[in-house]
Amino acid sequence: MSTLVIEGLRATVAGREILRGVDLTVNSGEVHAVMGPNGAGKSTLSHVLMGRPGYTVTGGRVLLDGTDLLTLPTWKRAQAGLFLGMQYPIEVPGVSLRDVLAEAFTAAGRDASQVPALVGAEAARVGFDERFLLRSMNADLSGGERKRNETVQLGVLNPKFAVLDEIDSGLDVDALRAVARRVEAATTESGLGVLAITHYTRLLTELHPDRVHVLSKGRIVTSAGPELAEELETTGYAGWAEDEEQAASTASRPADPFADPLA
Amino acid sequence: MAGLPGPAWLSTARTAAFERFSATPLPTEAAEEWRYSRIAELDLERFAPVSHGEQAGAAAPPAGLSADVLEALLLALAGAVVVEVGGDGTVAVTGAHPAVSVTDLSGVDAPEAPLGAIAGEPDSLVSLNLALSSAPVVIDVERTPDGDELPTVVVVHRVGAPGAAVFPRLLVRVARNADASVVEVLAGGGEDDESLVVPVTELEVGDAGRLGYVHVQLLGHKVWQLALHSSSVGRDATLTSAAISLGGDYARVRTDSSLVAPGGTSKLLAVYFADGHQMHDLRTKQDHRARQTTSDLYFKGVVANRSRSVYTGLIRVEKGARGTNAFQTNRNLVLHEGAHADSVPNLEIEDNDVSCSHASAVGPVDADQLFYLESRGVPTESAERLIALGFLDEVLDRLPTPALVAPLRLALAAKLDEAERIETAMTGVQE
Repeated sequence: MSTLVIEGLRATVAGREILRGVDLTVNSGEVHAVMGPNGAGKSTLSHVLMGRPGYTVTGGRVLLDGTDLLTLPTWKRAQAGLFLGMQYPIEVPGVSLRDVLAEAFTAAGRDASQVPALVGAEAARVGFDERFLLRSMNADLSGGERKRNETVQLGVLNPKFAVLDEIDSGLDVDALRAVARRVEAATTESGLGVLAITHYTRLLTELHPDRVHVLSKGRIVTSAGPELAEELETTGYAGWAEDEEQAASTASRPADPFADPLA
Repeated sequence: MAGLPGPAWLSTARTAAFERFSATPLPTEAAEEWRYSRIAELDLERFAPVSHGEQAGAAAPPAGLSADVLEALLLALAGAVVVEVGGDGTVAVTGAHPAVSVTDLSGVDAPEAPLGAIAGEPDSLVSLNLALSSAPVVIDVERTPDGDELPTVVVVHRVGAPGAAVFPRLLVRVARNADASVVEVLAGGGEDDESLVVPVTELEVGDAGRLGYVHVQLLGHKVWQLALHSSSVGRDATLTSAAISLGGDYARVRTDSSLVAPGGTSKLLAVYFADGHQMHDLRTKQDHRARQTTSDLYFKGVVANRSRSVYTGLIRVEKGARGTNAFQTNRNLVLHEGAHADSVPNLEIEDNDVSCSHASAVGPVDADQLFYLESRGVPTESAERLIALGFLDEVLDRLPTPALVAPLRLALAAKLDEAERIETAMTGVQE
């Protein structure tokens, strides 16, 4: 049983504060959804957790079983058991999926000779074409194939916690289902804890969350059970906050006295 | 010249070439194709041409990585016709293929060969090569009967003795409809052996012929190389040529490829990796002299430590060469802050019915790619290594001689390790 605790996490991008004190706890086997309007800080949260350059942490801690991940370089966070499924998986010319996973296994002291078999099995589980396995990472792949590729890596690396950043964007229904089923299986098979960051409720009809959180203006403003996702489906995010760009454009216009305050 | 062996016609050609050399100043940086070069540092007086048969005076065995790579390459090419050319002009051929004949022009009865017909004499060093080349070699390739294995020929120049100046000369002629792979390797020179090598290679691909040519440069770190590769591609013929530059102090390769008849294709590749204080200098000319011809250039290099590289390339399309397709891509990866790469593409187009493109880039390891690999648990240094090798792999994968890919990949991986060791020593920073 592992625990990922995010405590008072604050971060800036280019001097602008995007995360303003995020608190969240995820346990093994749980699926948490973080939802929110554009500009709420959802992607920033995922990048800060993994240590992407360009983001500055200004406060808080992220504890994985007591170890503060924020003190570790990215690769050690991964070795500690954190995985980031990216919204836009990056193309790496001349480097194959197998090469990367073999290096990751070697660094972890795991047997790299198992990688080809594990990759083959995972590719079959999510319907990722074997032809892509020896090609350059993410080269000439469709959005759906890239997300299947991320899921193959998740399956092979077998982390304790996975942050899935808009894993549902650019996916067709079949790919979405394949990816969601594999992630859900990992929660029961290996006790994977999931933090699924998404704008839409579409993912959550496939990947069933235990908890749903709304992130707005860099803070978790509300948390509830899966029924919250259904509520958001009908009401949208307007009840919590508008995104900053909308807020700015609204502010520049005279107030509409007849506007529906809940719209 | 009088001391060099060979038939009368060759002696006459050498004497005339030496006169042209004497009458022409050495190139200077003022010339476009020598800009950014280190030619001003060249002092020919410091090097002496080697007498014929004086093996000990010509070659120094390759050291360290170069020795290992040479051994691995020869093993990978087992079964090929091997032509060993000593810097002193001794030529030894092992293996045979019915379609291949090898001629050592220093033999008394050697038939006249049109040396310089393809390369011309773009500078006085090329004249000097003809004057002082002790054993020009000609490889003729006839058509291989259908169903028989196509020939591979390996030419190994063993050079690099301290103070020696060596002038390898090779002419490859691929007959109409013939098909061959030729690998030319330059090796030799220990850690501290300063020497000069001026190789000139001419490639003629006959109508509908196919030639794969790979130049592998494994010279010691104190050797200067000033190389010219010049090719002439006939009607509907295809040349795939590659320059792999690993060794040398200042190592220059000028690649001129002329498409002289309709339908010809020239694919030009290069992989170069400089570490320490090395400099790789690559100059290219894609010369379209006939209609419906294609050239596709893909050069990639890595500079590490305090090393440098320069690439300048010209696409020239003659008036009347309509329907030309010409592409030129040069990308450079700068591994350390003290390293520097220049990339300068040029176009000279005199016909308007053409399709040309060029792209060049110089930059460090991509931060997004690095983050992506690290996010999978790959340590930073391993991730940089994977990215750098992957970057070069894209060219290796296109080599015309696939057997070379595995040993060259290992050689590049070893160069990367070496560069990291040098960087640690230079900066005094321990990880």
